[in-house]
Amino acid sequence: MKAALQDDLAGQFSEDALIRRIQDGERDLFYQLIQPYERRVYSAAYAILRNESEAEDAAQEAALKAFKHIKQFRAEAKFSTWLLQITINEARMRRRKQQAHVMESIADQQNEDGDYIPRDFADWREIPSETLERSEIRDALMKALAMLGEKYREVFVLRDMQHLSIDETAKILDISTASVKTRLLRARLMLRDLLSPGFGGGWSSRLSFAKGNKPWE
Amino acid sequence: MEFEIVICQGEQAMGVNCEIVWRESSNYIDGAVSDELRLSIDEHVQTCAKCASVLDGLKNIVQLYGDERMSEVPLGYGQRLHRKLEEDMVVPARRGFLKWGLAFAASVAVVGAFEGTKQYRENAALEKYKKIQLELEVLMLPNDKIFHVQGCSIIRNRSTIALTAREAIKAGDIPCQYCLRKYLQS
Repeated sequence: MKAALQDDLAGQFSEDALIRRIQDGERDLFYQLIQPYERRVYSAAYAILRNESEAEDAAQEAALKAFKHIKQFRAEAKFSTWLLQITINEARMRRRKQQAHVMESIADQQNEDGDYIPRDFADWREIPSETLERSEIRDALMKALAMLGEKYREVFVLRDMQHLSIDETAKILDISTASVKTRLLRARLMLRDLLSPGFGGGWSSRLSFAKGNKPWE
Repeated sequence: MEFEIVICQGEQAMGVNCEIVWRESSNYIDGAVSDELRLSIDEHVQTCAKCASVLDGLKNIVQLYGDERMSEVPLGYGQRLHRKLEEDMVVPARRGFLKWGLAFAASVAVVGAFEGTKQYRENAALEKYKKIQLELEVLMLPNDKIFHVQGCSIIRNRSTIALTAREAIKAGDIPCQYCLRKYLQS
């Protein structure tokens, strides 16, 4: 535990030193700085844009913007948080420009304050994570995620896929921690319902696995 | 759409109803509820199959989506990002440097001074990348400013021009951050 903490601190210090060197003009170190966050940047952009090439363009642009504004970065902030804020803003801007929202979910229209009532009560047994070796399972999970409204998807991806804390998620999205918790609860429950058998109504019927069987069985 | 709140048998005995369990389910699996509430929920789900189904489902969701296999990036994404950064940030910087260098040379209007500037730039570049062996064969994409070594994934299956590291560095070209990284760390 202590060793892990020391490693974290060492990592933090070396990142701070790297940032200072880039700010002082060693531009070619920038790639080294953002490389550990490449995956996070892409998946944050993908959460909003739901399209691989759009997400990649947004991730590239976000990295360039971070570089251009690196002198404005202040050490009291966390670099990863700052980088993800830039990414989310870039992806949101691109999303606004997209004309057709072909699969906008009804979840966006729901009132966040009201309780979300689970709809499916089938017996869930543990799904082995080995099932993720199968690409159709990963596709099915991504499809279900894409069905969520943007504000739920953003929170879910940062919190449950990128494993950020509630506070970090709130900071990046510029919302309260209470909103993060509310949206996370709803996102998780909606995904659970979407991936449950026997829920055949409305928009979930677009999912290939919503016809009765769980794809991992 | 209206939903009827389901009241189960566990509610009366344990002091926590299904609605509370659902509302707190997310906090519960994050370990962010008080010990008292956790105990109440644990006891409740022993007699309430519906709430047990909700909690089991949520645990599955968090576990599956949290797996790193769910956050894969497209093939070649890292290389493309690296290349984009090099093209858009390093090369313009060098152009800017050249522009100012040329403006300076023009202002003094002395060929010798220009040659001196060029010599200075070459020497500065050679000093900066002194860890790279100067006779090393390097490869460059046509009209590019970045040089690589054989086997670098960025130039794989692409036509390249071969030259020595000395020639590339003196021409102001920049080493690839991927394949020549070990020479760039100070």
